[in-house]
Amino acid sequence: MYSDKVMDHFQNPRNVGEIENASGVGTVGNAKCGDIMRIYLDIDENQIIQDVKFKTFGCGAAIATSSMATELVKGKNIHEALQVTNKAVMEALDGLPPVKVHCSLLAEEAIHAALWDYAEKHGIKIEGLEKPKSDIHEGEEEESEEY
Amino acid sequence: MIYLDNAATTKTAPEVVEAMLPYFSELYGNPSSVYQFSQKSKEAIAASRETIAGALGAKPEEIYFTAGGTEADNWAIKATAEAYRAKGNHIITSKIEHHAVLHTCQWLEKHGFEVTYLDVDESGIVKLDQLKRAVRPETILISIMFANNEIGTIQPVKEIGQIAREHGILFHTDAVQAFGQIPIQVDELGIDMLSSSGHKLNGPKGIGFLYIRKGVKIRSFIHGGAQERKRRAGTENVPGIVGYGAAVERAVRTMEERTEKERRLRDHLIDRVLQEVPYTRLNGHRTRRLPNNANFSFQFVEGESLLIMLDMEGICGSSGSACTSGSLDPSHVLLAIGLPHEIAHGSLRLTLSEETTEEELDYVVETIKKIVEKLRGMSPLYEDFVRRQ
Repeated sequence: MYSDKVMDHFQNPRNVGEIENASGVGTVGNAKCGDIMRIYLDIDENQIIQDVKFKTFGCGAAIATSSMATELVKGKNIHEALQVTNKAVMEALDGLPPVKVHCSLLAEEAIHAALWDYAEKHGIKIEGLEKPKSDIHEGEEEESEEY
Repeated sequence: MIYLDNAATTKTAPEVVEAMLPYFSELYGNPSSVYQFSQKSKEAIAASRETIAGALGAKPEEIYFTAGGTEADNWAIKATAEAYRAKGNHIITSKIEHHAVLHTCQWLEKHGFEVTYLDVDESGIVKLDQLKRAVRPETILISIMFANNEIGTIQPVKEIGQIAREHGILFHTDAVQAFGQIPIQVDELGIDMLSSSGHKLNGPKGIGFLYIRKGVKIRSFIHGGAQERKRRAGTENVPGIVGYGAAVERAVRTMEERTEKERRLRDHLIDRVLQEVPYTRLNGHRTRRLPNNANFSFQFVEGESLLIMLDMEGICGSSGSACTSGSLDPSHVLLAIGLPHEIAHGSLRLTLSEETTEEELDYVVETIKKIVEKLRGMSPLYEDFVRRQ
């Protein structure tokens, strides 16, 4: 069901952990739906992401997308990091099963939420960054079941 | 591989396969044909029917073969609704039924029927006082499973049968998980209809039966030829039926010894996991559960990641997490026993077989400990929990 890349990132996740006094922290998702992602960013004075860590409660795809998202933003400046989309995360993982696409959205949202937190703390505005949704499933309509 | 998903399906026993083999390429005659050759097939079906009826204390003519448990559930409920509609349009079932029953009832609701879904207590047992209150003059059917497929809880079937009998209501039970694991006598328990499936008791897949008590007036669900006393059309799955009979004979013969061993090992597994993995709960009843069922919730971890990591270590289990169901909600059974969503997402069901050994389970416990620790180390929920301590 998962690609080799997804399995690799699930089994050997990169950048798991926390950053004390992080420049920005973002938590998205909710436990009700079974996935929560938290991203910590350490951003230097040149707005370069020096370090990034994550913690995720969720399925294999949720853990793998978190891991890949951290890889993709590490070393980038905040504007480049903002360009890391869920599609980029998915492509880097050689795809995800259709039911797991929302996990990649969660990863994108988590990065955005951490950047938003950084921007707020430093009183700056990052062009193109919108206030993250508190719940990744917000506005998403549940598929109706037919019997 | 350590296979602990015997509630999903079981290994077809070698002696069952052996009993079936002649009915593929040697004795392949259609039981409905007149020549002597096909009489062998007919006789084999009769023998199997007799074995199964004997196991339930039923008459052979009360056993109707189907393509599986799901068909038997659909048939019992839809055909009762159709046949007894003049009497009423109300059905009582529970919130923890298998989808074969739940979705059938939900379908009937769209066709003019009213359904009461009974609550269960925290261990998954239906509330009998609520059942009594739910009965109406127009109630035509009570359908409550014998034992639950996820948490293994065994229902008070005899009491339910009595309540049904007192009110002149038909009682159907989905015994797919229970038949072959615990003794069932339909007369003693007041059961009018019972569904079962071959592959849950070391029989083949694609075969099941519905027991229909004599006098229950439900009609055919699959229309066509005159097979199964004109109640279930279609050329009989002769090898499947023969295999089913062999599996039931075997299940009855080995039940006492097998389930005693399974209970002992199951309790060993439950005791070790509860003692050695912190923030863990057992789902279901401690003793009123199927001999081979253990179901845990590990707080702060998600079931699918747990399953994949167990698979990497050669262990097959299952989970009620949303990610394994293809929807956003975790198992309806775990929610019905009152678990919060995030705890239901972290469930793990392990179901033993007679081949399971204590050494295997000890390895499973050690593996679970490692995996749960690893996943908790990655979990923001655990991080928050530790911070609050």
